[in-house]
Amino acid sequence: MSCGCCKADNKSEELDKIIAKYKDSRGALIPVLHEAQELYGYLPMSVQKKVAKGLNVSLADVYGVVTFYTQFSLNPKGKYKINVCLGTACYVKGAGQIYDKIAEILKIKSGECTPDGIFSLDACRCVGACGLAPVIMINEDVYGRLAVDDIPGIIQKYFDMEAEAV
Amino acid sequence: MVYRSHVLICNGTGCTASKAPELMARLEKELAAKGIEKEVKIVKTGCFGLCEKGPILVIYPEGATYCHVTPDDIEEIVNEHLVKGRIVKRLLLGDKDAEDVAKSLDNVEFFSRQYRIALRNCGVINPEVIDEYIAKDGYAALAKALTEMTPQQVIDEIKKSGLRGRGGGGFSTGMKWQFAAKEVNDQKYVCCNADEGDPGAFMDRSILEGDPHTLIEAMAIAGYAIGSNQGYIYVRAEYPIAVQRLNIAIEQAREYGLLGKNIFDTDFSFDLEIRLGAGAFVCGEETALMTSIEGHRGEPRTRPPFPAVKGLWEKPTILNNVETYANIPVILLKGADWFNTIGTEKSKGTKVFAIGGKINNTGLVEIPMGTTLREVIYDIGGGIPKGKKFKAAQTGGPSGGCIPASHIDTPIDYDNLIALGSMMGSGGLIVMDEDNCMVDIAKFFLEFTVDESCGKCPPCRIGTKRMYEILERITSGKGEEGDIEKLETLAESIKQGALCGLGQTAPNPVLSTIKYFRDEYEAHVKEHRCPSGVCKAMLKYTIISDKCKGCSLCSKKCPVSAISGEIKKPYLIDQSKCIKCGVCMDVCKFAAIEKK
Repeated sequence: MSCGCCKADNKSEELDKIIAKYKDSRGALIPVLHEAQELYGYLPMSVQKKVAKGLNVSLADVYGVVTFYTQFSLNPKGKYKINVCLGTACYVKGAGQIYDKIAEILKIKSGECTPDGIFSLDACRCVGACGLAPVIMINEDVYGRLAVDDIPGIIQKYFDMEAEAV
Repeated sequence: MVYRSHVLICNGTGCTASKAPELMARLEKELAAKGIEKEVKIVKTGCFGLCEKGPILVIYPEGATYCHVTPDDIEEIVNEHLVKGRIVKRLLLGDKDAEDVAKSLDNVEFFSRQYRIALRNCGVINPEVIDEYIAKDGYAALAKALTEMTPQQVIDEIKKSGLRGRGGGGFSTGMKWQFAAKEVNDQKYVCCNADEGDPGAFMDRSILEGDPHTLIEAMAIAGYAIGSNQGYIYVRAEYPIAVQRLNIAIEQAREYGLLGKNIFDTDFSFDLEIRLGAGAFVCGEETALMTSIEGHRGEPRTRPPFPAVKGLWEKPTILNNVETYANIPVILLKGADWFNTIGTEKSKGTKVFAIGGKINNTGLVEIPMGTTLREVIYDIGGGIPKGKKFKAAQTGGPSGGCIPASHIDTPIDYDNLIALGSMMGSGGLIVMDEDNCMVDIAKFFLEFTVDESCGKCPPCRIGTKRMYEILERITSGKGEEGDIEKLETLAESIKQGALCGLGQTAPNPVLSTIKYFRDEYEAHVKEHRCPSGVCKAMLKYTIISDKCKGCSLCSKKCPVSAISGEIKKPYLIDQSKCIKCGVCMDVCKFAAIEKK
């Protein structure tokens, strides 16, 4: 068993490698942030500072890019990331109500994470599965042709998975 | 290796979500159980287009197309079709009793009305195998360009074809290439906009997932035409399958010497790099996209200078979208004269539309320019579900507008759509029925633009926000006399003052809905009423006393105890307490509750 602090060090080393990989290519910042977020799950200030130093750009530039693009997050995400598609096709088929229902069950809003860190909720733009509208994604899994009544069951499935894991 | 049967399984995002991977696993297992795994080849293809009927599975040589296939159907398909040679009729898409199965689709208008150029290989080949693309004349156009044509001849052919950009503005592709070719510079770039951000459009994703090599070939041709040796594909990070297949395709093309140095033993060298977007709609705007590739916030720059003169890293650059590129190899092989025969006078060729919303056959269709909206919605799209009435079609996403039923017979092309106050955009076509409130839809798009505005220029940053606030007021029942006129004035100022295409077109959804559905706006503002019953704040639930049996069910279920009455007598809703949740309407067994 390794302790938490060693893990953090491993990540820090990984981040150094990512920065080194892109350091000399043009337009490196966004690819580095993508991989850093993959590594940490989000982009805390410490990571942004390290990236800024490593790529020799100002922290303001890094922060500006992180906050400009919706893919980058300053806050940690849940273990299960719920994305409700609010693209046009989903919206006209009632994605708004689906979103409301999830928010009601989990008691969180878009961009937030449940206190136990299990679920986070985001409203996203078209995932390109308009044929199955309305659609939600939980991590990589797509759930399509949904009705509001399907939502409690789907969420329960993940609660059950959590309960089993404990 | 020769196989006696080929089973094609759609692995697009839609069908993957409809459990296509499970079908694959089950199929492999069943084939092995029957010992015929060496006789039957399973091919993972891209999207067939009819996502509504997914997952879709096609078996050749018969050409039997099975739809809505579940993992439990696989055993029957293997036993009956693949072992005994008997078609499983109940799963067939289209005419279940056709004598020749291959013809069962002839009467399915969804397919028979289409003309596939950009989507020619989607659902036909395995996108992860370069040989399958080559077998379908892949890279022949690149070979022809490099060995038989001069760069100028390539540009002339594209110009002559009349091909216009499929991503938004509809600018002539050949002209764009010509401008960049004229520039003298030691470095030029070819870029592809695969950052399909228009909510409701997914044709680019389908091409990337179903036929990635066509993009690589076309970009190499563009590189040859303008004199560039480096290309960038800017693709959405939200499309993981597309990114993965593009990476595989680029690797394979390099291995075959179709990317890299001295392609086809000529002096021409070209290579490609993928850059992931990070979720910003404005990056679909050409200068913003380039700023983003450079590693900055994706804010647009003023034009001129146009990218053809000063683009990526200040070098001459051309940018086309995926669908535009997908047309290029075919035009070079079949000739501009052939391409010219398809479409209308000023809009040549075909256009892919993603039809969604309130329509029976949701999916991707490629149709000749000039097809009418009616044909798309009723013949190809199969009409509106539940017999509801068609109200409007929204095209062009957040930059476009709504086309009302009175214009349903308009032939679709670039110029007609603009004349109607909408635009082609990237080809999202969302159908709305009588249950959709047009003010709410306008608000939806404005909310999108407010969210996605990059903040660089005030007309867009502040103007769209003010418009959104007015719309929010109107939809929450607090509209005031003069609000509609205020919206119109603001819209005009934003159109004139905004820096880039996003801002200049942002008011379109509002303007077009005011133009065609002014009565709905007026009902909201003057009567505080939402005619479609969508805007919650203005809804009123009432009990129709003639129909109410006094069962008390609604009263028991009401979360705020707003319903009272005596058993077996009509109940009453206290409007001051009602939170408009709609539970009473859901539980009433006598349809005695109405929502207005």
